[in-house]
Amino acid sequence: MSQVFENVVCKFCGCLCDDITVEVEDTHISKVKKACPNGRGMFLDYDSSYSKPFVDGKEASWDEAIAASVDILNKADSPLIYGLSSTSSEAQRKAVELADILGAVIDSTSSVCHFPTSLAFQAIGEVTCTLGEVKDRADLLIFWGCNPLVSHIRHFTRYSANAKGRYIKNGRKGRTVVVVDVRPTPTSKVADLFIQIKPGTDYEVLTSLRALVNGKELEKDVDGVATEDLEKLVDLMKGCNYGVASFGMGLTMSAGRQYNVGELFTLVVELNKFTRFSAMPMRGHGNVAGADQVLSWLSGYPTAVSFACGVPQIGPGEFTSVDMLANGAADAALILASNPGAHFPYAAAKQLNKIPTIYMAPAGDCKPESATVVLPTACYGIDAEGTAYRMDNVPIRLRSVLQKTRPTDEEILLQFIKAVEKC
Amino acid sequence: MEDYFTLISGRTKKQAAGLHKGPGSPEHLIATSYVEISDADMTRLGVSDGETVKLVSSAGFVELKAFKADLPDGLLFIPMGPAANQLVSAETFGVGMPSFKGQKVKVEPV
Amino acid sequence: MLGILGGTVIDPTNGITLQKKDIWIKDKKIVSAKDVDPTVAQTIDASGQIIMAGGVDIHSHIAGAKVNSGRKLCPEDSLRLLRPRTAISRSGSGLTVPSTHSTGYLYSEMGYTTVMEAAAAPLVVRHTHEELEDTPNLDKGIFITLGNNHFIMKCIRDNEFAKARDYVGWLMGAAKGYAIKIVNPGGVENWKYGKNVDSLDDKVIGFGVTPRQILTTLGRINCELKLPHPVHIHGLRLGQAGNVDITRETMELMDEFGAHFCHVQFMSYGGERGKMPTSASREIAETINKKDGITVDVGQIIFGPATTMTSDGPAQYGLHQRVGGKWVNDDLESESGGGIIPLTFKRNNPLHGTMWVTGLEVFLLVEDPWKVFLTTDHPNAGPFLGYPQVIRLLMDSKYREQEFEKLPASAKKNALLPDLKREYSLEEIAIITRSGTAKRLGLKNKGHLGLGADADITIYTPADNREKMFAHPSWVIKDGEPVVTDGQLVLEKQGKTLYVSPDYNSAIEKDIREHFKDFYTINFDNYPIDLEHLGPVEKILCG
Repeated sequence: MSQVFENVVCKFCGCLCDDITVEVEDTHISKVKKACPNGRGMFLDYDSSYSKPFVDGKEASWDEAIAASVDILNKADSPLIYGLSSTSSEAQRKAVELADILGAVIDSTSSVCHFPTSLAFQAIGEVTCTLGEVKDRADLLIFWGCNPLVSHIRHFTRYSANAKGRYIKNGRKGRTVVVVDVRPTPTSKVADLFIQIKPGTDYEVLTSLRALVNGKELEKDVDGVATEDLEKLVDLMKGCNYGVASFGMGLTMSAGRQYNVGELFTLVVELNKFTRFSAMPMRGHGNVAGADQVLSWLSGYPTAVSFACGVPQIGPGEFTSVDMLANGAADAALILASNPGAHFPYAAAKQLNKIPTIYMAPAGDCKPESATVVLPTACYGIDAEGTAYRMDNVPIRLRSVLQKTRPTDEEILLQFIKAVEKC
Repeated sequence: MEDYFTLISGRTKKQAAGLHKGPGSPEHLIATSYVEISDADMTRLGVSDGETVKLVSSAGFVELKAFKADLPDGLLFIPMGPAANQLVSAETFGVGMPSFKGQKVKVEPV
Repeated sequence: MLGILGGTVIDPTNGITLQKKDIWIKDKKIVSAKDVDPTVAQTIDASGQIIMAGGVDIHSHIAGAKVNSGRKLCPEDSLRLLRPRTAISRSGSGLTVPSTHSTGYLYSEMGYTTVMEAAAAPLVVRHTHEELEDTPNLDKGIFITLGNNHFIMKCIRDNEFAKARDYVGWLMGAAKGYAIKIVNPGGVENWKYGKNVDSLDDKVIGFGVTPRQILTTLGRINCELKLPHPVHIHGLRLGQAGNVDITRETMELMDEFGAHFCHVQFMSYGGERGKMPTSASREIAETINKKDGITVDVGQIIFGPATTMTSDGPAQYGLHQRVGGKWVNDDLESESGGGIIPLTFKRNNPLHGTMWVTGLEVFLLVEDPWKVFLTTDHPNAGPFLGYPQVIRLLMDSKYREQEFEKLPASAKKNALLPDLKREYSLEEIAIITRSGTAKRLGLKNKGHLGLGADADITIYTPADNREKMFAHPSWVIKDGEPVVTDGQLVLEKQGKTLYVSPDYNSAIEKDIREHFKDFYTINFDNYPIDLEHLGPVEKILCG
């Protein structure tokens, strides 16, 4: 039996495209229209069939697996809850509730993504906008340290460079695209201006731009970047109607981290004396923006939060997961909808083999050896509904196109909340 | 003087596609287990396209096939994943963020 | 079943002032004694205590995109008030922007049972709903910002009033909102071009319509849709010297439709444009007293930390230029905008002193307490935790004098305040904090203790220090269940989200669908909020 679903939301990346058409044949997805290759893969490779949980590498019943998980959480003195960025905000809220009653540390994948952006936000603030403003108004688009044609594949067509906006009716012809990066990328190749900088010199280049914007002169080139190029960029920035600087891991992961982002934020603030300008972080996962929001409304802080003292505490470098693991500070871990084993430095990732771990993810990601307890879950946006937040913080309801056979993150977390001993 | 390269790790389309098949799946491992180096650097190191090199950092080492790419001299690119993370130190500079972009790495022929 | 026995009741809605009266509760409602079996009912001995309906806050920023940006922006605010988890409550943090559970508990402990979230753009209202679900012990409603909405401005430009009206009818139901909010009409749109509006007849860029047209169109729409609360207006030139003139002009304009003007303290300054604002309380009070269709809430300054947050993007840009420091601005496609700036109001700052004086003067010069309500525009003029202090300032003229003396000379120089000896009575305080606000909101079952009212009740121990009295009620009942007993929070429960769903001509949906294709980056079908995705709700009828 086949069914067609319209206006389906893809949660692979922060674009959260909500115009996807999905055709379902019985219990699997047969066709996906409009999604980019990243989204297509997410829908087409999904297996919704029932699978049992694993405890210590062996198949177990759900009751056994939940009990084993609760036991791990109860015995732990310093549990870490990590991930959150691909699950719904309803599940994220439950995860924070669990962390609160356990006295646990909770941290989302923004820890290794845009947490430096949050730290810069706490210091400077941010002048920003929603993606529709980018589409309708942005005649200058700067992409700094990011590669949307690879990571956010429909960004250009739906929201930015190639989109036809209400006030930029001729689309790409009405916009100037500038890319700043350390190497040529597919995105830099389509830019009107590509400024190649040396790795780790973002801060110097940004502060030099600020100097120029504020009427100062540069005495010499900045770490190999010609002053003429920087002056050209400043002219573009001051002369546009509405500029948008989108940025990614090039700023947050390189030397300077939150100071790089802070300098970009400050540059954008200063540009608003001359014209209208916004900054926008390119959020990687479909609901990592939601994790920031949920943690902020429940604790006051966007991530790296410890409830161990009975009140929420933020701890960059201490409660961030790489540090919790590498320092041996976590004695148990609940991993939700993420892959720290693949994406953390080895010194941190290997700790996950030394402590009891509970891994919750859609079945395809679950192997018996993935963790002490492996709980295959449904997937929000495919066989479960929930809310997600786009990279510009617009909340969109994820639809369900398949019948779920496995429990959702929310259902499992609720069972944990009911069963664990309150700290 | 030690010849240090700067390593950046990041997304590629094949890496993302590999993740859909499952982290640690053959597709994922293939997509994330190679290093890109500039043409000039490969010549200087005496490494030919597709040859295996040993990469060493303060955090560890890994042997990967090296391919020439349009990169500035002194820069290495490895797709984000377990191979790159053998080299990325867990030092997070008090912020939580390791040097996924900026780790210093030595390249040795094998 | 619950009986509150022997207390002294203040229920201005029903003409009851300081009368000894038993209150009986059954099935979440106030009932008469004969509907209750006294042998099984739990009772509270309220002898010597003052009984009022639970507080109803007509304007407060407690949930949603702006508020949460404020939380994330200010980790220092978290450290001002850390709330440890207990066996019955979650941990939390924040003084001016408390986390959601903490917000619910703090309001509850202060005797409030209903709070209106003052502003949400419909594009992001789903976020507001999620946060309100995590805000316990309160019933809530959401004001939907429409004053810079592109569909409405298009209809005004094209002279299509009926379409605008049906659009708003659809939108209120789609957003599950409670009332129409208007913030700096036209100005927030112009800020996307780096400009603002300055008079009621300035043109909005890209549409050519005027603030006057936006205001009167929405005023008329509100009347035709018969929404329970009139249009809720944050007007032009917020915070600017001399703005009292445009505020009065706007009040005159909107009187025929009925309108509520929020945080009127910020809108009531005299003085020369661009120079130091002065209090124009006498002028604004004159208009408020004269115009039957107009009510206000004050937005009283509380000295200490505040977090200014408003959809009025250009006003915040202006503030940032003056005070520096951190600043958040967010432009929302086709609908709205906003800005956040943390501030501290200082007693020794002449401008802050003048603002403090202005608010109190407005309270004392507006004659009818049913027209002037107690708010701090939380957290713009100060945290809601400051309400008890404001109550004391209104009830105790000696205390007010003492506090006035502490101000710098220039703030005291032309103040009317020393000559205003009026002291609010308990009955008047009940009006400006619950009876009057509930009535103005059109909440027939709130703000009073008559039969059929929601069983939201607060019990206060009388004290000469009115701040202490109102800061720590002894009992708070929410929907018939005690949530605070002997001054302690004992129960966390979910309140309801109150919403309206006016009738409209569904033919408009075709136009709206078309509109979404060009004006939004989210699909029409993914925009409305479904009831099944919300927690407990109550529909309040229009008409």
